[in-house]
Amino acid sequence: MSSETPGASAAAPAADAPATPPGKPSGGPRAVRRTWGGGLFASELGVLFRRRRTWAMLGTLAAIPILIAVAVRVSSAVPAGRGPAFLDRITQNGLFVGVTAMLVSVPLFLPLTVGVVAGDTVAGEAGLGTLRYLLVAPAGRVRLLLVKYGGAAVFAVVAPLVVALVGAGIGASLFPVGPVTLLSGDAIGAGEALLRLLLIAAYLAVSLLGLSAIGLFMSTLTDVPVGAMASTVVLSVVSQVLDALPQLEWLHPWLFSHYWLDFADLLRQPVAWDSFATNAVLQAGYVAVFGALAYGRFVTKDVLS
Amino acid sequence: MTAVAHTTELSIETTGLSKRFGRQLAVDGIDLAVPTGSVFGFLGPNGSGKTTTIRLMLGLSAATAGSVRLLGREMPRHLHEVLPRVGALVEGPAFYPFLSGAANLHRFDAADPHVPAATRKARVRDALDRVGLSHAADKKVRAYSLGMKQRLGIANALLAPRELLVLDEPTNGLDPQGTREVRSLVRSLAEDGVTVFVSSHLLAEVEQICTHAAIMSAGRLVAQGTLAELRQAGQARLRVLTPDAGAAAQVLVGLGLTVDGATPAGRSRPTGDGPARDASGSDGDVLYAPLRAGSGDGGVPPEAVVAALVAAGVRVRGFATEQVSLEERFVALTGEGFDVVQ
Repeated sequence: MSSETPGASAAAPAADAPATPPGKPSGGPRAVRRTWGGGLFASELGVLFRRRRTWAMLGTLAAIPILIAVAVRVSSAVPAGRGPAFLDRITQNGLFVGVTAMLVSVPLFLPLTVGVVAGDTVAGEAGLGTLRYLLVAPAGRVRLLLVKYGGAAVFAVVAPLVVALVGAGIGASLFPVGPVTLLSGDAIGAGEALLRLLLIAAYLAVSLLGLSAIGLFMSTLTDVPVGAMASTVVLSVVSQVLDALPQLEWLHPWLFSHYWLDFADLLRQPVAWDSFATNAVLQAGYVAVFGALAYGRFVTKDVLS
Repeated sequence: MTAVAHTTELSIETTGLSKRFGRQLAVDGIDLAVPTGSVFGFLGPNGSGKTTTIRLMLGLSAATAGSVRLLGREMPRHLHEVLPRVGALVEGPAFYPFLSGAANLHRFDAADPHVPAATRKARVRDALDRVGLSHAADKKVRAYSLGMKQRLGIANALLAPRELLVLDEPTNGLDPQGTREVRSLVRSLAEDGVTVFVSSHLLAEVEQICTHAAIMSAGRLVAQGTLAELRQAGQARLRVLTPDAGAAAQVLVGLGLTVDGATPAGRSRPTGDGPARDASGSDGDVLYAPLRAGSGDGGVPPEAVVAALVAAGVRVRGFATEQVSLEERFVALTGEGFDVVQ
């Protein structure tokens, strides 16, 4: 994965910035956080965030902006146009550490961690044997599936958020923080810039919801969590490879990873919501399709683990 | 197979329950009838389909044919009404190793939407107390021994007041002390009116705690009833000690009896199929023949057998009618030794 490509694709839509009025952020990460499931959902989050593995993955994600910031700090000035997009801006404004780190973690690190969590959802319980005890509790298969997806979705929200916030934090402590010049040429204050940073994190969270649904489905197919995790991560790589092949251009808008890097629109004034909306619709489609597949598989599955 | 009177209320009732995995029929048309209030032993060698049956009962897997009624309700259609009243230990305990024992129970209790969250803490404490794990409540399950996990599994089944407990091999991995504790736990639960369905491959265990039992072999239910019924159903048999094994066998066959086998005197029990003829023992051979008393076709009075033997010139050195023990019946029904059914 070339670090130039994301920069180029992020800059491309800047030329024809359509000043559309801000649309409704359809769905959004909060849509899956329903209270339905109650105690089980709280318990699910408890189990997820009491695992050392979860913290190791979040720690790894947090290390990305730290590495970037320290590397830029200790090295000489980065020549403009080299390295990942926004890298050269870091020395002028520390908040760009967050943006750069998110950009860097999109192709592999975020899908990897989300793939692990989503692939583990059902298969992990089956592997431990706890699935049968949840089902005879009785948790209810549909309820359990929704709670499991909800847990994976929360992780999909938390993961980019960690990168953004740690990036902003380390950036602010190592570099000056000031007004940010947007792609549209307008300058915004640091406070609003932080808001934009969170907006990008939200964009990535939405981007990862489709992958989470794929992981959930994979997870219902096997009792071996590693298998479900690996196939989910591999699918995210395959999707990105297909997206890079110009011969398959007709397929590109249907790939779940197609809009992953198109968050540059969020760095305009006013915010162009088109790509956010397009991405959200695509992800919702993936959630619907793979959610239905997971449902179809899990509701009739013989739990023999 | 002894039919249980259907006038009694049944906690578990299966009708023609079958489960096919590929070409193998793991459970083959079984009709279980577990009376409410009984302690029901579900016996069978490893691989005879006990756990599969339990999975079918609890709605974990779907039956290929037949139906299950649990606490009077059709399963798995009424799973959500039935399972909150059922505590289960299925195919060994399973927990999150990175959570403490208490946290594991909290997790499973939270999975049940029908129990009040407010009392969860107290119920978890009571359940741990009941299986003697209070001291290890905050220890990670990773550090538990197999016996402790087994107890925690039983605690999980006791998290809420239950009407039916399904315990699959509850004493697996327990030391003799733990086994005794489980037995007394089962007894005390039964005294509270809980129906307990215990699967086991250990006959002794079942004989000690159960009021009823069923025996599985190769996916089929080969016997069920009260323990007394099962013992009686094992036909009484003749035991003939004689040096003239061959002649004796002929007489017995002539009387319409089948000779189970002959062993040199001193060995405990017939092992092979068909009569063994070599009279190596000093006293002669022991011949066994089931007495078909009470099975309809008249049967042969034992005294008539003696008379016939003597009339045929067979030297009878010992003669007895004896009742088959439950263990012998179990072995007769399921095959001997460690033959795991393929």
